[in-house]
Amino acid sequence: MDQESYDVLIVGGGLAGIRAAIAAAEMNPRLKIGMVSKVYPMRSHTVSAEGGAAAVMSAEDSYHTHAFDTIKGSDYLADQDVVEAFVRESPVEIVQMEHWGCPWSRNPDGTIAVRPFGGMTTWRTVFAADKSGFHMLHTVFQTSLKYDQIHRHDEAFVTKLLVEDSRCVGVVAMDMRSGRFIALTAKSVILATGGFGRIYAFTTNGNICTGDGMALAYRAGVPLKDMEMVQFHPTGLPFTGILITEAVRGEGGYLLNKDGERFLKRYVPNKMELGPRDIISRAMITEFDAGRGFEGPHGLYMHLDVRHLGEAVIDRKLPFMRELGREFVGIDIVKDPIPVRPVMHYMMGGVDADISGLTPMIGLYAAGECANVGLNGANRLGSNSLPECLVFGAAAGRAAADYASSAKAVGSNPVDAMLKAEAKRVDETYLSKRDGDERIGEIREDMQLSMDEGAGVFRTREGLLELTKRLDSFRERFEKVKLYDSSRTFNTELTSAFELDFMLDCAVTVAHSALAREESRGAHARRDFPDRNDEKFLKHTLAHATDGAPRLDYRDVRITSFQPQARSY
Amino acid sequence: MPDKKITVRATRFDPDKDEKPRLQSYEIPFPDESMVVLDALNYIKSHVDGSLSYRWSCRMGICGSCGMMVDGVPKLTCNAFLRDYWPKAVTVEPLNNFPIIRDLVTDLDDFMHKLKSIKPWIIRKQELPLGAGEHRQTNEQIDDFRQFSQCINCMLCYAACPVYGLDDKFLGPAATALARRYNLDSRDQGLKQRLPMVADPDGVWECSFVGECSVVCPKGVDPAKAIQQTKLDTTMRFVLPYGNRE
Repeated sequence: MDQESYDVLIVGGGLAGIRAAIAAAEMNPRLKIGMVSKVYPMRSHTVSAEGGAAAVMSAEDSYHTHAFDTIKGSDYLADQDVVEAFVRESPVEIVQMEHWGCPWSRNPDGTIAVRPFGGMTTWRTVFAADKSGFHMLHTVFQTSLKYDQIHRHDEAFVTKLLVEDSRCVGVVAMDMRSGRFIALTAKSVILATGGFGRIYAFTTNGNICTGDGMALAYRAGVPLKDMEMVQFHPTGLPFTGILITEAVRGEGGYLLNKDGERFLKRYVPNKMELGPRDIISRAMITEFDAGRGFEGPHGLYMHLDVRHLGEAVIDRKLPFMRELGREFVGIDIVKDPIPVRPVMHYMMGGVDADISGLTPMIGLYAAGECANVGLNGANRLGSNSLPECLVFGAAAGRAAADYASSAKAVGSNPVDAMLKAEAKRVDETYLSKRDGDERIGEIREDMQLSMDEGAGVFRTREGLLELTKRLDSFRERFEKVKLYDSSRTFNTELTSAFELDFMLDCAVTVAHSALAREESRGAHARRDFPDRNDEKFLKHTLAHATDGAPRLDYRDVRITSFQPQARSY
Repeated sequence: MPDKKITVRATRFDPDKDEKPRLQSYEIPFPDESMVVLDALNYIKSHVDGSLSYRWSCRMGICGSCGMMVDGVPKLTCNAFLRDYWPKAVTVEPLNNFPIIRDLVTDLDDFMHKLKSIKPWIIRKQELPLGAGEHRQTNEQIDDFRQFSQCINCMLCYAACPVYGLDDKFLGPAATALARRYNLDSRDQGLKQRLPMVADPDGVWECSFVGECSVVCPKGVDPAKAIQQTKLDTTMRFVLPYGNRE
């Protein structure tokens, strides 16, 4: 039988996954650790993060302010004990990354430099020019190569969690090169598969961000938490959705409407360009609606202007932005303003997990964007996600290693049957199916456009109801899908089918969770319920899989010392 | 021109069915000047032929997945604009010098082994405890290795390298540049451990200094320079003391 056994298995090879693998290896060097990813790890979407990683790095800053900024930024939906633990661990992880070789930008005295970022009251964002995610990912990946006990399965697509007696005991994966199905069993499993930007049409996210881990957990009975909380970044390039980092504003860039006005004075007068992402994105849409946006071939946009910073600052702090402008838009940001508009960027919601990454299922952990440990609430602050991957990746790695060190081994009899059943399901559903006339790519495009329309920056009851109906129809169409590729070798139409199947599940949880939250909080802005309602909704939404629409229930937010206040900047 | 079209010729190869790769032509709409070769491939896959296989992800030139030969030149297809080829047809093939797995997908296991072999991590005689904080390093010290740290492992340099094309034992451009990246890092003391790999007969000495690697690099890395510097290093070691950085 095709089976590999591990103590700890990590699904996903981005920043959170690799950090978890190294933490598990360091915690107990005798453990055999597996890491399975549908791409080579250095292709993971961490690579696209630009601005930096927030951490309290100096005596002038304090854990208390980082915690308060994060909780206020979350519109009080963050679990405060989780935030307090996070802000203490983040600086330790930043130094750890430095010891592993991350080329953090420096102060003249050689210490690690920080830059301002949106929603943060002081300078605390550590950065590696404007390619922070790229450098962090390559640093942890290259460092991970020195641990011989970490065994990788690159380009293997996980289609199912193996569950035995309510305990997660591994996964079924398809080796993409051979098309062969393998069972990867483990005493503990960590999901670190990232977000699902690709359920939207206009997104900063790469093609691989399809919510695989969220859907895997959801189908196995683990709830998805706060799925209505989708972040729209204010500054994406029209057409491609390429991210223009918030650091552009951190370094002093202006957002201008078509009248040349710094319009944020009407929305976040005390913070201006350094306001939080949810509010600035709404301000931009409001300005567009008032006729104050520029009109371009790819829709309305604003100007992001850094010309006053000068070439020297741009080349030292924002060289990648200059490169992106030159290569993808044909402009030189030293001389030309950058066209930008709000773009789907990040998922606050995710697999329900506690502070150690443990999900409600024994043996199953989650970390990074695919998890919701309660850090980001209704709106994540820029530069909190890279340290989230480090802090909670490491925590999940340690907790999973600890559990694996004492848990009993996984048997092979039921696993064998589950593997065969899964291979058979895939064959019957896709490869040997002869009927059907729907194309993967066309259903996917319809889903993406419907999500942009129905679950964007502003939502309404009518729009969300229409969205849930459309998503049902896309699911029906998906049952009639036809594959044009029957090959076993690197069949990317088959993996696209797996991804669309997963994305449809995730999209449904977004739509239903958003429909039920009849208030506006953080990134979830209802035109029909414009105010926050703490009495009813100071709660996490939990979406559970059923045969039909998800079943929703709610859990109180944990509050320690920061009582909810009105959120203004 | 509402009905502007472009012809894309793409390599097709399925090892289960085909003896050798062949080109297949697709004529697709070209409605927007912003379209890149990758957009054309995605259009084909979504609307014309779902069986065409290729890798891609970030479509912003940083993940390194989508390198292919475009009209014979190794390029990231996410920033190879169709307008630069139109009205002629554009030919898209898998990267040269790598075994083909399927269609436009190549096998890069060889590089993954080479990457590990050069020990791409910080090596120190004694590790600094975490509690001691960061190593001091100035931006000027980072400038010493900065360009070599920009490698996205896209493999365009290997596809352009005539020496690697003849002998895949050659360590090659990206792996040498990354070894250089660590050897030049003021925090690193691993030069001596990496030297056997880079100074091996299959290491830098194989390079005939064609320099194509540096020409095709989409990230401004200069692997040819890394190779020449490494040659100098391996020679000078025998005549000059190298301080304590080993």
